[in-house]
Parts: sequence; C-alpha cells; structure tokens
Amino acid sequence: MRTFGSLLVRGLIVGLFAGLLAGTFAYVLGEPRVDAAIAIEEAGGHAHTHDHGDSTEPAAEEEEPLVSRDGQRAGLFLATSLYGVALGGLFAVAFTLLRRKLRTGNDAYAALGLAAAGFVGIVLVPFLKYPPNPPAVGDPDTITRRTVTYLLTLVIGLLAVWAGVALSRWASRYGEVARLAGGVVGLVVTVAAAYLILPRINEVPETFPATLLWQFRFASLGTQATLWLLLGFGYAVAVDRRPIRSKVAAA
Amino acid sequence: MAAPAQSVAVPALSPKLLAAALLSVGVMLLLAYLVGFDQGAVSRSGMYLHELMHDGRHLLGVPCH
Repeated sequence: MRTFGSLLVRGLIVGLFAGLLAGTFAYVLGEPRVDAAIAIEEAGGHAHTHDHGDSTEPAAEEEEPLVSRDGQRAGLFLATSLYGVALGGLFAVAFTLLRRKLRTGNDAYAALGLAAAGFVGIVLVPFLKYPPNPPAVGDPDTITRRTVTYLLTLVIGLLAVWAGVALSRWASRYGEVARLAGGVVGLVVTVAAAYLILPRINEVPETFPATLLWQFRFASLGTQATLWLLLGFGYAVAVDRRPIRSKVAAA
Repeated sequence: MAAPAQSVAVPALSPKLLAAALLSVGVMLLLAYLVGFDQGAVSRSGMYLHELMHDGRHLLGVPCH
C-alpha cells in the first residue's frame, strides 16, 4: 500500500512530464496553425480586444503586445506543463478514491482504465460538441457563454462515462455482450441527450479556410491525446509495485 | 462491488484522507483555472498570465475570445 502523499506526488510528476511532451506535440503541430490563423486575423484586420503579439502593426493605435509571439510560444510549454501537473494531481486523487471500485486486481490496468475514462469525459465529449477554435475565430462578447457551456459538457462527459459504467455493470447479469452494449448505450444516450439540449455555437467566419480549421482542431485533439496517453501509461508504471520491489526489498 | 482479493495500492478511506484529497483537488483546480480561464482577477497579474499561456489555452481546447 502507498500513502496518499506518495500517490499524489507520482501523479504530479507524471503529469509534469506528460504536459511537457504534450507541449512539444503542440509546438510542432499546433504552433504553425496558430501562426497561420493570426496572420489571417491581421490581414482581415477586424477589431479585436485581444493582443496577439503582432509584428506588422496593423493599426497605429495598437499598443506594444503584452507578450511577444516568441513569449507565447514559450508560454505554450508553461501552459501545458501546469495543466499536466493539475491533471496529474486530480488523476491521483481520482485513483485513490476510485481504485477500490474498479474491478481489477491490477493497479496498472486501473490507472489505464481511469485515463481512458478521463479522456472520453474531459476531452472527447466537449471536443465533439464544442470543437476548439484557433485565434481569429470566436466573438469576445460570448466568451462567458462559451466557457460555461464548455465546462458543462466536461461535467456531462464525466457523468456520461459514469452512466456507461453503471449500466454496463447492471447489464452484465445478462451476459458479456449485454455488458458491453450497456456501457455503450449508457454513454451514448447521455451524450446525445446533452448535445441536443445544449445550445449550438458556431462562430467560425464563412471565409475562414476549412483546411486550416481542421488542421488546428486535429493538433488540439492530438495535444490532449498525448497528454492523456502519457498520463495513463506513466501513472500505470508509477503505481506498479514490481519494479520497486526488485530495487528496495522493504517497500 | 466485491473488492479484489489482492491488496491494492491505495490507503483505506478515512476522514483524514478525504480532507487531504479535497484540499488537493482545490489546489489543482486553481492551477487549471490559472492556465485556462484567468484574466488577472485572481492572479493579480493583469492580462500577463492570460497572454503568456494564450497558445496553450487554444491548443488545449479551452474556449478563448
């Protein structure tokens, strides 16, 4: 058995590494798309309350950006790392509290299952309803509404995963196929109902290039998939007790 | 809900554990907030943190302007 402190520290460390590597993915695949979107925004020149660290000075009254584009590129790694640490900590807490409810004797499998559930609930469900947008897309006036609906889909995503698990456990008395079908039905019905009820939001300008939008969203999904994959497998390794036992006999 | 016979890596539930877990969740959510949603009102940094982590926020799928 491990103490909570030990479980938490492992989560924070794994999260930091996962965040750094997700930042690398985002830097390679995401940054060119962000740059391209900002270039379109500046060429279009529609008024914006936001700084983007421009180099071309589109308007005379535009002030010096608070953070330069290079600063924002470095800030990307800070953002993904801090986000990774936060997710790692939350993941460790969830693992500690839910471990006994997961029907496997293997701690590593439990960590992987939890990461898969987290990815579906926290990333996939919000992504499919409110796909992320590059800079230059999105009306500053609706940010509160978009933030609330985004957080709502995130909570609903986790509830949908829970519903899937609950229904699959209930249906398992009718056999293996029923168990799997129950899981799918619980998840899909919850998500579909939420998608129908939640407002539709699309602020992508008609003229925004579809390819760039697709590439940006793919990079965004890839960044988060990288984070969750590494978090899951990293934590699975971190809680697996076999490698430790071989090094330190009295663990 | 039968727990597996094997010992698992986590400590047993106790009020102390729940308090520690709750505190950790609070700190982690604050951290995630700073990355995802801060506009200076909490961090007292003006828009600096917001702008610094701008690209990360977009690529992590959080809504932005």
